[in-house]
Amino acid sequence: MFDWKWDFTWEVLPRLIHATGNTLIAALAGYAIAVVLGLGLALAQRTPYRPVTLIVREFVEFIRSTPLILQIFFVFYVGPQFGIRLSPWASGMIAIGLHYSCYLSEVYRGGIESVAKGQWEAATALNMTTTQKYRRVIIPQAIPPALAGMGNYLVGIFKDTPMLSVIGVAELIHAANAIGSENYRYLEPYTLVGIIFLAVSLPAAGLIRLFESYVRRKLGL
Amino acid sequence: MSTFDFLVLYWPRLLSGTGITIAQFLLAAVLGVAVSLCMGLLKLSHNPVLRGAAVTYIEVFRGTSLVVQLYWIFFVLPLFGLSIEKFTAGYVAVGLNIGAYGAELVRGGILSVPKGQWEAALAINMSPAKRMRRIILPQALVNMLPPWGNLMIELLKGTALVSLISVADLMFEARQINASTYLSAQTFGVALIIYYILSRFMVTPFMRWLERHMARKLGKA
Amino acid sequence: MNDVSAFPLEISGSPAPMVSFRKVTKSYGALTVLDELDLDIAAGEMVSIIGPSGSGKTTVLRMLMTLEQINGGVIYVDGQPLTHMPKNGMLVPASQKHLRKRRADIGMCFQHFNLFPHMTALENCMEGPVQVLGLSKTEARERSEELLEMVGMIGKKDQHPSRLSGGQQQRVAIARALAMRPKVMLFDEVTSALDPEVIGEVTNVIRKLVSEHNLTMLMVTHQMGFARDISDRVCFFYGGKIEEQGPPAELFGNPKKERTQQFLSAVKEAI
Repeated sequence: MFDWKWDFTWEVLPRLIHATGNTLIAALAGYAIAVVLGLGLALAQRTPYRPVTLIVREFVEFIRSTPLILQIFFVFYVGPQFGIRLSPWASGMIAIGLHYSCYLSEVYRGGIESVAKGQWEAATALNMTTTQKYRRVIIPQAIPPALAGMGNYLVGIFKDTPMLSVIGVAELIHAANAIGSENYRYLEPYTLVGIIFLAVSLPAAGLIRLFESYVRRKLGL
Repeated sequence: MSTFDFLVLYWPRLLSGTGITIAQFLLAAVLGVAVSLCMGLLKLSHNPVLRGAAVTYIEVFRGTSLVVQLYWIFFVLPLFGLSIEKFTAGYVAVGLNIGAYGAELVRGGILSVPKGQWEAALAINMSPAKRMRRIILPQALVNMLPPWGNLMIELLKGTALVSLISVADLMFEARQINASTYLSAQTFGVALIIYYILSRFMVTPFMRWLERHMARKLGKA
Repeated sequence: MNDVSAFPLEISGSPAPMVSFRKVTKSYGALTVLDELDLDIAAGEMVSIIGPSGSGKTTVLRMLMTLEQINGGVIYVDGQPLTHMPKNGMLVPASQKHLRKRRADIGMCFQHFNLFPHMTALENCMEGPVQVLGLSKTEARERSEELLEMVGMIGKKDQHPSRLSGGQQQRVAIARALAMRPKVMLFDEVTSALDPEVIGEVTNVIRKLVSEHNLTMLMVTHQMGFARDISDRVCFFYGGKIEEQGPPAELFGNPKKERTQQFLSAVKEAI
């Protein structure tokens, strides 16, 4: 290929692979926050208290319709203005976790709404409390139809981690930028980063589909 | 400084940033729709080479990150003698990226048109191109417009990343103002609200209107 | 609008009815589904409800299971108010806590079974006893297996509902409801969603319940022959009211009201 330097490639690859580790950690940590917080947001939108429902719904709408990169800046810079200093990692995880929790809450909501009305009624006939209904009957059935969407957002969060570079989280793009400016060579680092992203996200999509069918079988659905 | 004073002082820059954001959005949308149609149709082609090209395009742009694509187009393409000015690089990257997602929507929309419609068009001896343009695409369009609404929000949010290559959009201006004033809450807060207004009160209502308009045109409303 | 001050705080008397609807009204907007329904069911009695669709039959069961709120009147179960609770010597609408306490007396089987698809037949039966009644797993398993044996489903106890036929699912659903040891059992068109050849396996289970157990039962059905065979009393519903009721031999053999006659002859013609 045009001007591609293999020795430079081998020289910078270890550094990029190390950064890939950070990228994966950031994605998984952010996702863990989003999975839990998203469920909270989904359930909060189902409470019988109208004002709570409306406020949460508008909040979710707000987060979903504004750019993640701006939210990352907001979390990182606004804290210090009020005397709260957050590390780049902490602010990054908060921002990305919060952002994706709003997407996941919609996925959960769809899953919960896909559970047949008769299931709620059967749970009432067994005299279950609301908590028991969700925990034992509704959520287990809401998860399988939500898995595809949940998987997509896991890959999505991974592809959004480069935004964390703007506040100095040492993930892939951050490393590639550093390599580029140290050596005045951008072809190899940016291309390699692209290949690494492909190498992770393509198999991940396949694995997620396998996992989905495994869960369905496991639950006898 | 009160938020009001802040606005009085900085509104021209925020306004010009918003203008650039809107311009980037519109240009990327036009490019994205064109790429979506093109790749979506190619993916349905019977020619394995054309289909393979579309699949590769879609997987590469969906499997890597928009930030990576943006950097690649802006920093690496010039090495191949293809220098693009940053404003153009910005909307081209965003448009190409969204086009990969849109292609799947186009494909799904076309596949959702009942088989009987193809057969009916064939029965009146329409040419394949005419069949697609006159019979299938209009119906496919109505079916795929709702997810396009979400994609357009993603597109608007995606334009915020062009600030990373110093296109002076709203995100870029907010960062600049923040760097010189340290009024992070005001700066990023106002920017968040502007993005929110753009998506919730402009993009979304327009897409809803388009949905209704197209449905009416097809006699479905 | 629902003035319940005239209703007693509890029903005594010997024997007190197991279930008592007192002037119960249910409406959806302008549409009145049940109009001041009065219905008493004695302990151990088997009552069938028949009638044209839209006559409010199913609503009676759903209100008793507290799946629907009532708009007027009071329902009592085992002498205690169900839809209301006493407070400062007056009846007030029931709290969630009160509903949960009173609901323990009632079990229900649905037209579409509503088994939990992610649990096996046995797990479906054990779910209520373990989670709601707080039984140990061993105890719940014993009780559930006994009931699955009774409904003839012990051989399929480890199957998920998706692997069972409609008739089998409905029998598991009956076992699941019985595992809660209710005083009153409700059967809501339990054979309507079944293929004709498996209806018998479900009706046989209900026959067995009637002959061997002293449960109070309320059943909505389209199976006239079945209702005639096993009921102590049949109620014919029409337009949100009980048009006619009585022992099955009398209601089916010698209906007094014209609407009952019309309905029964229309049903006969359909067969």
